[in-house]
Amino acid sequence: MKNPLDSILGTIISGLVLTLVLYVFLKNFIVAGV
Amino acid sequence: MEFVPGIARWFHVIAGITWIGLLYYFNLVQVPAMKDAAADGTAAGISKHVAPRALLWFRWAAVATWIAGAALLGPNFPAAFSLQPAYAGIGIGAWLGTIMLFNVWVLIWPNQKKILGMVPATDEVKAKARRVAFLASRTNTMLSIPMLFFMANGLTHKAAIGL
Repeated sequence: MKNPLDSILGTIISGLVLTLVLYVFLKNFIVAGV
Repeated sequence: MEFVPGIARWFHVIAGITWIGLLYYFNLVQVPAMKDAAADGTAAGISKHVAPRALLWFRWAAVATWIAGAALLGPNFPAAFSLQPAYAGIGIGAWLGTIMLFNVWVLIWPNQKKILGMVPATDEVKAKARRVAFLASRTNTMLSIPMLFFMANGLTHKAAIGL
């Protein structure tokens, strides 16, 4: 499988996916616990 | 001392623009340009005159950004880095920025010194250094996307997205 970081588009998409993952993590596992 | 957060925020943004601006320059401009320059024999000029200057500002702007960010967090530094709920948004941004600073000084800069001939290295070592530095730089570009999201929204715009 090709490394997504080898292309700019793959890097940006990876960054957007990571943003979503971290946002869901924050809302459901940190802030929701209060 | 009430002026400290304002000065720290101002300096954090200036240094951050310098750091991330150069990161985007490397990824969007210099790396693709080097391929073309190598093809027509003009890459040496970039390696000798442009890259070392860009890397100098890049790595020290990274340090300045982190220090100003730490000063801005002030007494809330432990709460942010331990992801306490009220500071978890900015804390995730701070952790991402810290990982990026680590990548700059531990992965990118030592390998760039080999690539640019600042330290002796065989062709085989240079080839490996080129790949490691490239992937670390691309990783930082990827991490900058969520980092800027959480930096921009983590503390000051709580009402907007509930972080």
